[in-house]
Amino acid sequence: MDWLTYLPSLAQGALVTAWITLASIAIGAALAFAAGIARVEGGRAVSTLALCYTEVFRGTSLLVQLFWLYYALPLVGLSFDPVTTGIVGLSLHVGAYGSEIVRGALNAVPVAQREAARALNFGRVHTLMRICLPQAIVEMMPAFGNLAIETLKLSSLVSLISIADLTFRAQSIRNITLDSATVYTLTLVGYFLMSLVLMLAMRLIERMVRRGAAFPRAAHA
Amino acid sequence: MNKVLAQQPDAASAAAAPVIEFRNVTKRFGALTVLDDFNFAVAPGEKVTLIGPSGSGKSTVLRILMTLEPFQEGQLTLAGIPYHEPNGKGPFRASDRHLHQIRSHVGMVFQSFNLFPHMSVLRNVTEAPAAVLGLSRAEAECRAIDLLRMVGLADKKDHYPAQLSGGQQQRVAIARALAMRPRVLLFDEPTSALDPQLVGEVLGVIRNLASEHDLTMLLVTHEMRFAREVSDRVCFFDKGRIVEEGEPERIFTAPAEPRTREFLQSVLG
Amino acid sequence: MMYGYAWDLTTPLTYAASILPILLIGLTVTLQAAAAGFALALVLGLVFALLRRSRIKAVALTTAFVVEFLRDTPLLVQLFFLYYVLPDYGITLPAFLTGVIALGLQYSAYTSEVYRGGIEAIPRGQWEAATALNMTRWQTYRDIVIPQMVPRIVPTMGNYLVAMLKETPVLSVVTVLEMLGLANMIGERTFEYLVPLSMVGIIFLLLTLICSAGIHRLEKVLPKAGIPLR
Repeated sequence: MDWLTYLPSLAQGALVTAWITLASIAIGAALAFAAGIARVEGGRAVSTLALCYTEVFRGTSLLVQLFWLYYALPLVGLSFDPVTTGIVGLSLHVGAYGSEIVRGALNAVPVAQREAARALNFGRVHTLMRICLPQAIVEMMPAFGNLAIETLKLSSLVSLISIADLTFRAQSIRNITLDSATVYTLTLVGYFLMSLVLMLAMRLIERMVRRGAAFPRAAHA
Repeated sequence: MNKVLAQQPDAASAAAAPVIEFRNVTKRFGALTVLDDFNFAVAPGEKVTLIGPSGSGKSTVLRILMTLEPFQEGQLTLAGIPYHEPNGKGPFRASDRHLHQIRSHVGMVFQSFNLFPHMSVLRNVTEAPAAVLGLSRAEAECRAIDLLRMVGLADKKDHYPAQLSGGQQQRVAIARALAMRPRVLLFDEPTSALDPQLVGEVLGVIRNLASEHDLTMLLVTHEMRFAREVSDRVCFFDKGRIVEEGEPERIFTAPAEPRTREFLQSVLG
Repeated sequence: MMYGYAWDLTTPLTYAASILPILLIGLTVTLQAAAAGFALALVLGLVFALLRRSRIKAVALTTAFVVEFLRDTPLLVQLFFLYYVLPDYGITLPAFLTGVIALGLQYSAYTSEVYRGGIEAIPRGQWEAATALNMTRWQTYRDIVIPQMVPRIVPTMGNYLVAMLKETPVLSVVTVLEMLGLANMIGERTFEYLVPLSMVGIIFLLLTLICSAGIHRLEKVLPKAGIPLR
């Protein structure tokens, strides 16, 4: 059973993939909220800055960004190790796409809610944190779920900047054994299983958020 | 005008043989029994109106006839064709070919018109005759224009449904159904979705159809006066069964059943 | 193709100007790959969407699984799979074609979902009217469902086209010389990556902005009720 001998190495790669994916989702989510809120609530300068960030990172290709960070940045004296580079690249990507989700959900909160908050003389921060975000965050969750899966898939690109993730391990094993069918089938199944787990996790988080928001779904429909 | 609606020659149509026959039909939606051991027959050319409280299963009768809904027990025949194939797999899962044959005898006018929004009025009426009956475009258009003239909308043939009033849309829908030359035409609350001032024009078209053609018509409606004028027979429907039926005059003036009386009082005021 | 080509490395600007023609050649490859891949995704996605609505349960479930699997695994690994595994079974395709198939497969999973949503958005009354007019399933799809669905799904499909465009650089790893591949080659020769990679980024950014504006225009022009049939 050849394929059994591949498993330890692939599993190690899968751990790297998982780590990079989760770190990028976490940092990316923070960026997404920062940029998304800046777009909706920020002044002219801040929201323009956020818009530029979003457009640049959504408008160029992730692989181009990764290569740019990996090959081009060191030439101007900025150099990170590959894993940091990978996480930075993916996080910026997730942040840009995620900010659109945050912005869309915030804009979808009915204007009447803001007007009511103003009528009660709530401050801007209070309105955002206590009125708008709790309603918007529930609506963001399905889209963030998709983005998380997308991140897992895109994390395979870090193998091209010499990070030993699942795809990288698969490539190495194939180069030695030439057993392409087995190696890549195992790899695809590995990603598929990780996707399923990630999906399940996002569902759980969604349910927690829904409960945390503490109002029944129909109440704001 | 009769040539427009020429009936297919009726093979050995003894006046007695019903064109529609429900025998002990039971229809359930989950735990809810909509038709309960239902028996009902309609003679060729007869105009029958089903009245009754909403949710009593009137529309379901039409939807079963149009093969839009399956039923669980009993037998149903249309123009002598049983709805389930005798040697088919399950009793109520007929093949597409068999259903196709049944549908070729029935047409339906829907409460919400269901015109095709992306087709002109003319195309709405010619589409099925061309695609299903295999008529040439020219033949189909000839037929369509005659029918549109009959419903008074020949001048609107190049309009799109969204450009027409509800009443006009429903008249197109009637022309569309007639273009397939059905033997039986079903009307499922044809005026319920219309503004009150548009009801008259649609009822007028149906009234003309009823008085001038030997088409078999089955109507579900809440327009009591219309039902009284147009029908040969009125059936009062409640809780999945026919409670009382008879000539419209008698039903409306001297209902025998207390439930019928109650219902008529509530709707006629 | 680059031997004997004169780089002008005196300033970043002259450098950029001297490599622009090469990158534009790469751009045509990028555009061809995206166009071909997207055409494949549109056809395959429709097939998947229809199979998924099949009345035969086994067919519907198998299709659902295949679509889910394609959607949940990375393009890069699917690409490697096709590139290395197919030849083992005697199927040797040019790298470009392998890349196009990989893009098409991956995005067919997305497009099939778009089709599915589009089909489900057709009101039930339209299906019932078609049944009442005795139209077959095929006629109903051809004349009623698809003409009404197309204008509704075009904007979403357009966004996926833009997304695919941005994923074509992945094809450079299987030796397809599209823009990123060429930029890398230039970098290897000159030991100067900053300018070529930045230029690829800028070209992608312009491309994306133009496409997005185009989709926006298209969205306004399209008839909401469906493609008119006279």
